[in-house]
Amino acid sequence: MRLKLVPENTKWDFFRFARATFGASIAAVIASIAVFALIGLNFGIDFRGGTTIRTESSTPVDVAAYRAALAPLNLGDVTITEVFDVNFDEDQHVSQIRIQAQDDQESISAGTVASVEAALQALDPAITFPSVESVGPKVSGELVMTAIYAVLAAIGAVLVYIWLRFEWQFALGAVAALVHDVLITIGIFSVLQIKFDLAIIAALLTIVGYSLNDTVVVFDRVRENLRRYKKLALGEVLNLSINETLSRTVMTSVTTLIALISLIVLGGDVIRGFVFAMILGVVIGTYSSVFVASNILLMLGVKRDWTKQDPSAGTQFGNADA
Amino acid sequence: MLNIPLWRRLLIAAVLLFGLLFAMPNLFYERVEAHNDAVTAIEVFGDSPERAAARDGWPGWLPSSLVNLGLDLRGGAHLLAEVHLSDVYGTRIDTMWTDVRDALREERATVGTIRRQDGPDDELRVRISQPEGMSTALQAVRGLAQPIVSLTGVGANDIEVRADGDVLIVTLSEAERIATDDRTMQQSLEIIRRRVDEAGTREPTIQRQGADRILIQVPGIGSAQELKDIIGTTAQLTFNHVVGRTSNPNEAPGARNVLYPALDEPDTYYIVNKSAVVTGEDLVDAQPAFDQNGLPVVTFRFNTSGARKFGDYTAENIGNPFAIVLDEEVVSAPVIRDAIRGGSGQISGQFTIESTTQLAILLRAGALPAELTFLEERTIGPELGADSIEAGRIATMVAFAAVLVFMGLSYGLFGLFANVALVLNVALIFAVLSTIGATLTLPGIAGIVLTIGMAVDANVLVFERIREELKTAKGPARAIELGYEKALSAIIDANITTLIAAVILFLMGSGPVRGFAVTLGVGILTSIFTAIFVTRLFVVIWMERRRPKTITV
Repeated sequence: MRLKLVPENTKWDFFRFARATFGASIAAVIASIAVFALIGLNFGIDFRGGTTIRTESSTPVDVAAYRAALAPLNLGDVTITEVFDVNFDEDQHVSQIRIQAQDDQESISAGTVASVEAALQALDPAITFPSVESVGPKVSGELVMTAIYAVLAAIGAVLVYIWLRFEWQFALGAVAALVHDVLITIGIFSVLQIKFDLAIIAALLTIVGYSLNDTVVVFDRVRENLRRYKKLALGEVLNLSINETLSRTVMTSVTTLIALISLIVLGGDVIRGFVFAMILGVVIGTYSSVFVASNILLMLGVKRDWTKQDPSAGTQFGNADA
Repeated sequence: MLNIPLWRRLLIAAVLLFGLLFAMPNLFYERVEAHNDAVTAIEVFGDSPERAAARDGWPGWLPSSLVNLGLDLRGGAHLLAEVHLSDVYGTRIDTMWTDVRDALREERATVGTIRRQDGPDDELRVRISQPEGMSTALQAVRGLAQPIVSLTGVGANDIEVRADGDVLIVTLSEAERIATDDRTMQQSLEIIRRRVDEAGTREPTIQRQGADRILIQVPGIGSAQELKDIIGTTAQLTFNHVVGRTSNPNEAPGARNVLYPALDEPDTYYIVNKSAVVTGEDLVDAQPAFDQNGLPVVTFRFNTSGARKFGDYTAENIGNPFAIVLDEEVVSAPVIRDAIRGGSGQISGQFTIESTTQLAILLRAGALPAELTFLEERTIGPELGADSIEAGRIATMVAFAAVLVFMGLSYGLFGLFANVALVLNVALIFAVLSTIGATLTLPGIAGIVLTIGMAVDANVLVFERIREELKTAKGPARAIELGYEKALSAIIDANITTLIAAVILFLMGSGPVRGFAVTLGVGILTSIFTAIFVTRLFVVIWMERRRPKTITV
């Protein structure tokens, strides 16, 4: 007996609630942009400069006491958060202290770090500092630009690739789906105020890749079915293709999620935000390849006359034999 | 056609064997690392029982390259320094003053009296009392310009001279600035590398980044501050009187003398006078050049006080060698042919163009040429790194096991094939990463876990396709064949898009992000290979052995 997540031969109509699903997607995207504009992301030091110090001690973290100890140093905005993780021992108490970029210096001076460490050690002699990271405002500004360019470059490159391999309607549909995924992820990060740093950009780019992976598999089948069923309406071809690939879509998403969930639970707190972004990406990406990309393709329509060879039409890779 | 020719089977087997063999050292990380360290130590310092024991902990005929662990996994310090390149322009232009003054004094009749004016650091401004003589003055100062010796060999001069009313302005030409910048960077890199190497840490990364930045990563060092202290120390360059030369490292040098080893000649030691004739603080420049016979030499220049001291010393010691000592090692001990007056001279010897360039860098490398600002500092404690590795290891194992069980439940025997291919895939990833010397970072581990999830995708595509083809009842062999054939286009398209993202990440990212891009990219390539070739080979071999009438996927 096989484990089947999706029943065989599904004939679900994915466009029956097209208005509702598409409307929900648009609403989610608009909400994400609004949240991003109003609350904004909780940028890590990679993007706004400053210093983070990780503390570790055998005595419990007392955020208020830490804050009081650091107050006389006049460091401006100081954020202290306690960190929890399943991998920690009973008496392992970890916190993360973030200090804003200091006005007069590129990266925070050794003296400042030493005074912070001394102040905390006076409070708790058992405290240690497993990591201290400091990024100057100059570099952080550049990192922001590089990150934006990276995401745009990835989207642009993919747009061109799909345009070459399929047709422009497919490329638009795929890119709309992935912009949707990236924006909603950013929106959720804004709402939850999870630290947004360079690693999250890496996760966003992976989402770009993953979201496309899914969309392309569906589109590949659409292209095949468009050739096979020349008389069938586009909506039906899309539905058929989504149904045919549904089992694969779910299987792959589930295996990837299994791997990611084990990573978010057991992989330690350092990469938790990163893995969380990927999980969001996989879930939203799977949804969008069915409900966003295909919907847009349906709206744009596709040229159906495959009898005449159109040089602008997509080319298929030849069959390679192993 | 399910036939796979024998040569292709052998090739696939060979690739997998390579993967297992080259991934294996990573399973015995500590032992192999000890072996590698011992091999290097024996080369440098000679044999000892402990080193031999460490070396024999891992057989020499087995591959011994390991995946490098990134700073976030091993612990250490990371610095990004910016070099203040324009600092050097001021010093450089300042040294022109003596020459400019002398040149203009010779033309006193037409130029009149001269006076140096205050101005921006990178300009030399000279006011002349007779503005009508400006053209003569310009000509005289332009005569001082030197052609720039560069690899491209474009005939540009090092200075630009212009007039502004009665003020003559000398600035460095654009070409000279570029050449100076490049020298400054090389020099800074060289100094930092020497400083860090001296501290004896393992595998430091010292890289130029962009026009004016240097990335320094040193695993195993206590803190970024410690690293800054090491880099901040200035080099000691001295010119000493040579008393004698010996091959005995224990020879007593005598009062007021010291024994220094030669940098390039093995088993050679120089006995030199303890008090230096001139120190590196008096050296203003050193350049690779050619002498009148076209042989490579190094030219150098002292400031005024250094020039006087050196001139007097060389006049008294013609025919004797003097030692150029850098950090208690004799870089070179050339023989004085002539009294070296005027503060500049050349060092000749059996040099090549490379060695003169190197020596010039070393000579200039006395102290950091320009100030450094640290833009980014990161310290990661070794315990945090060890915790991260441990967490990553557990997460990877659990992810692996869960995916294996899930695939087995979903696809039965075919799932098992995919599982074996998945194990081989992870081995291949580690083999490739070790061979190309890639660095594994914490996001890199996440990349591998993600690959485990995604690697099965290609197999899933094929298996789902085979299921579909089976419905149209063409017999198992034909269904499998069609399944692979038709899924190929989707597999390739889907993976190329992810690969595009990985490539962009690699190009634009740095540090841990780059590590992630590498593992993701390598993972995509190996998973395509295992899905298209390896799983298929298993299926084909199974079909040949069993010749099943019906199959369930």
